[in-house]
Amino acid sequence: MNSSMLFGKLTFDALPFYSPIAAGGAAVIVLGGAGVVGLITWLRAWPYLWREWFTTTDHKKIGMMYVILALVMLLRGFVDALMMRAQQAIAMNAEGYLTPDHFQQVFSSHGTIMIFFMGMPFLFGIMNYIVPLQLGARDVAFPLLNAIGLWLTAAGAALVMASLVIGVFSTGGWTGYPPYTELSYSPTVGVDYWIMALLVSGIGTTLSAINFIVTIYKMRAPGMKLMQMPLFCWTALCSSLLVIFAIPGLTVAGGLLALDRYLGMHFFTNDGGGNVMNYANIFWIFGHPEVYILILPAFGIFSTVIPTFSQKKLFGYNVLVYATMCIAVLSFTVWLHHFFTMGADANVNAFFGIMTMVIAVPTGVKVYDWILTMYRGRLRFDTPMLWSIAFIVTFVIGGMTGVILSIPPLDYVFHNTLFLIAHFHNMLVPGMLFGLFAGYAYWFPKATGFRLDERWGRRAFVFWVVGFYLAFMPLYVLGFMGAARRMAYYDQPEWQIYFVVAAVGAFSVLLGIGCQVIQLVVSIRNRKGTMDLAGDPWGGQTLEWSTSSPPPEYNFAVLPQVSELDAFQVAKEAGRPYVWPTHYEPIEVPRNTALGPIFGGLAFVLGFAVVWHIWWLAAFGIAGVIATIIARSFAAETTRIISSEEIMATELRWHADVRAKQEANS
Amino acid sequence: MTTEMRHHPGINLSHSRPEDERHAEVTVFGFWTFLMNDAILFALLFATYATMVNRTAGGPTGAELFDIGNAFVETLVLLLSSFSFGMGAVALKEGREHPLKLWLGVTLVLGLGFIGLELREFAGLIGQGATAQTSGFLSSFYVLLSIHGLHVLVGCIWIVVMLAQVSTFGLSRQVRSRILRLGLFWHFLDLVWIVIFTTVYLPAVAS
Amino acid sequence: MFKDTMLDPAGPVSAATRDLFFDSVGLMLIVVMPVIVLTALVVWRYRAGNVAARYTPHWGGSRIVELGLWFMPVLIVVMLWFVVWNRTHALDPYKPLASGQPPLVVQAVALDWQWLFIYPDENIASVNRLVFPVGRPVTIELTSDSVMNSLMIPALGGQIYAMAGMQTELNLMADRIGVYDGRNTMFNGDGFSAQVFTAEAVDVAAFQSFVAEARNAGEALDSASFETLATPTIAGPVRLYSSVENNLFHTIMASHGSMPHVAADASSTMHAEHNP
Repeated sequence: MNSSMLFGKLTFDALPFYSPIAAGGAAVIVLGGAGVVGLITWLRAWPYLWREWFTTTDHKKIGMMYVILALVMLLRGFVDALMMRAQQAIAMNAEGYLTPDHFQQVFSSHGTIMIFFMGMPFLFGIMNYIVPLQLGARDVAFPLLNAIGLWLTAAGAALVMASLVIGVFSTGGWTGYPPYTELSYSPTVGVDYWIMALLVSGIGTTLSAINFIVTIYKMRAPGMKLMQMPLFCWTALCSSLLVIFAIPGLTVAGGLLALDRYLGMHFFTNDGGGNVMNYANIFWIFGHPEVYILILPAFGIFSTVIPTFSQKKLFGYNVLVYATMCIAVLSFTVWLHHFFTMGADANVNAFFGIMTMVIAVPTGVKVYDWILTMYRGRLRFDTPMLWSIAFIVTFVIGGMTGVILSIPPLDYVFHNTLFLIAHFHNMLVPGMLFGLFAGYAYWFPKATGFRLDERWGRRAFVFWVVGFYLAFMPLYVLGFMGAARRMAYYDQPEWQIYFVVAAVGAFSVLLGIGCQVIQLVVSIRNRKGTMDLAGDPWGGQTLEWSTSSPPPEYNFAVLPQVSELDAFQVAKEAGRPYVWPTHYEPIEVPRNTALGPIFGGLAFVLGFAVVWHIWWLAAFGIAGVIATIIARSFAAETTRIISSEEIMATELRWHADVRAKQEANS
Repeated sequence: MTTEMRHHPGINLSHSRPEDERHAEVTVFGFWTFLMNDAILFALLFATYATMVNRTAGGPTGAELFDIGNAFVETLVLLLSSFSFGMGAVALKEGREHPLKLWLGVTLVLGLGFIGLELREFAGLIGQGATAQTSGFLSSFYVLLSIHGLHVLVGCIWIVVMLAQVSTFGLSRQVRSRILRLGLFWHFLDLVWIVIFTTVYLPAVAS
Repeated sequence: MFKDTMLDPAGPVSAATRDLFFDSVGLMLIVVMPVIVLTALVVWRYRAGNVAARYTPHWGGSRIVELGLWFMPVLIVVMLWFVVWNRTHALDPYKPLASGQPPLVVQAVALDWQWLFIYPDENIASVNRLVFPVGRPVTIELTSDSVMNSLMIPALGGQIYAMAGMQTELNLMADRIGVYDGRNTMFNGDGFSAQVFTAEAVDVAAFQSFVAEARNAGEALDSASFETLATPTIAGPVRLYSSVENNLFHTIMASHGSMPHVAADASSTMHAEHNP
């Protein structure tokens, strides 16, 4: 393709008029974006959003923005899923309504979005909001890095969205195996978009992980020992450590692939001494721990929700902590099971098969610990608990199929088939997504002061769970029948009925998502009825419930003194849940800063410029980043003081809420 | 809270406010975490180099290309720069601004000298027709060394910024903490170079 | 519904794989079934409305129970280790199958988006159609002239990747006559969905007539006709070639950076050895 100095490879041909469906998708994005911008402008909400949200360094607001980003991307990723299910339901001896090229973009963006721009931001959002509160801390260790991490993740997501409107997305799947993704086989900008989105968001994720590790090690409430941390903090710690050790694999795999594509090097090419097997190894040294990055915090959420709604202590806290650490370490020893079929020696395959099974042990122990937590409890079936119970039952099925896949001779048969697809959705949907939904419902009243509507929550739950089984159980069957993944069409009549059932399942999930949207609207409208500003609507056990809902900017006016696990539960049982002094010290909090949006904007511009070979713009992006960092290092005033009077006023309002609730209860 | 047991090496801020101590403790710990992350990045690049070292695709091998003498000089320059940074750290500890700036300046010159030597080596190799596009082996060689070189360049820019900050703010708490972190970074790069020297250049000469 | 799949095996490899599947599922159900049953029981019995059930809010651990929790999965996984170690070696795709007859050697080349099968001993080749005698082992040597592919015939057994410049190997056998589906399972571009071939297990006489049919095909497979064949083709027709240029398979490998004489070395750690 010709390249101009000013616009690089970018021409009007980049607009998606190659298919009416792609053009329609682009139109939805453009009109939707314009609609949101128009609405904000009409409401004159820009100054408010800029002041209170975009420039904030408050971990709670950053957490909420992460979750909002994740929910938006969940919709996008789910539309992709719906398109695939619809295509495969009708594409028996027919082309279906999607061209192969478009279908390939859809499955690639579905995987990329759901892992990197739905799962990761959702988790990091909940971790951001909850971890400091559970630690009894006033803030995270590096509030600015935290904001930058959010905006880099958003920039990565924006690059994926931009590919829908300008140019194309990768067709190489979320794993992007070369040599298919090399320039000679994928000459379009799609793979470049994929690489840039992952590299940009990878940096953001790394910054966030550093932040969590330091926060958890250094910022715990006075007296709180590591073994007195809530389990969710443990899983957040292990997950962040995995990020530190794993993300470089993604950076190196993606970066070297980019060097092949941009500078004609020979890391993974078919010719010139390239080595595709090296990509598979590096990618999965990242990719396997990534699965645990996603799933461990969800385990932490279940370990928080199940005891609360069983009104009982978590069973086997120590065991759960050790099991989490075992899983984190072992997750680096199993990557080869993603390519047993590459022709490795039987000894090597058997070794990695055995290591993979070892991981099943701590995971199985955890499942039994959760059941024993419910044993002899008083179970309340609010939606967070429903998600948790559905998780336990569904997850063990996925675990079983996982062990099947870890046996190399069985993997030879099931690898690259829909059995594999069914397996990892069977792990990640209940294991991660149900956990996120449980956490969303559980902590929503903490962040807003009112609960989510229970009725619509249950409806969403039923549609989701039924939809999950309908959508993925048929894929197991298709895997047995030898149906490969990623097929735009097929010629086996007996497959079609299963694809149709799977499509019905996807439709049920659509209804579930619809219920969740309605739930949000209804909850906001009926918020008076479920308002609980006192801060402890569920009878929670951990410190986040010992402050108001939503918590003040400084979280805790007085740092809690901790000497036991489940500090808030212990204090409540002792009859002294709250310690209110008569005098308050002023508190130092970080000032707002525009650096987050600036870095996010520069990263987007840089990524976009590199994708389209607009080198002057890329140079501008890099220079901007360097100049911004240096300029920031000369800024002197980065914090401000909240006065003791202001704190006193805030606290007294909350005390009144708490007393009102106590009186109402007694 | 006693922090005596949790000192990181090289830190001596206990004479100032305990809050500062805590702040330094947090930032330095965060920086160590970042270095861990960076170390994994280099480890993967080393692993890639190891798998690519024989993939010359008919092109020249390391034994035919590498000039151990130049690499040795580069090593010396970088080791000397670590020494001069160490002298700067001593001056920082003693709170002597002028010698600190002097030693930082020496480190900067040595760092730039290292980059110059590396670029000269690259130019020489390219002159012989051994480019990064020649073979998988040379791709991995250039990338491994360039990533390290870019780190050194970042370190040099950082030194310039710190020289400016010492002049602007004096030896403030922030400035001291930043120079300490810069030191960790600089010594880390030295360490990475030692591994490059022993895994890239020495085997090529020995073979 | 599972006709000609692992659950309806047409050869010893897929039959052994099926047995392994049922053995391992049986072992795992020992852990998995109790989870499902116990969850249902516990959730019902300890619902908040049931005040008759015992309630121990402070019970947070028990040495004996915890030891038991570790012991059971460890026991089952250790049992699975032996299963994995033995069967991975027994069902190693590189392992020649026990048989009184020497294996039929087929060299499979993955193209965009077709399969070329070279029969070096018969000196013929076919495209999108693999024919072999029933009851005689087949040794398929694989490489790719394009991106990574993976060859699978579900009725007969598992799959293995085909990669440019490298050779991998798959040993299969059919023990009943039939026409089975084979395909590439590794996504490789626009023609992926149509990259299927028929794997025909026939009696000896039919195999001989297949060879004769190919010899009469008229076209020979040399570098020039291979180049034509290798141009990207979606849902290409079945083709036969009357003869094959000497060492073509290794020439194709060499064109992607391999050395012509290198074959897989079973004693090395990686079978799929690439020698630059």
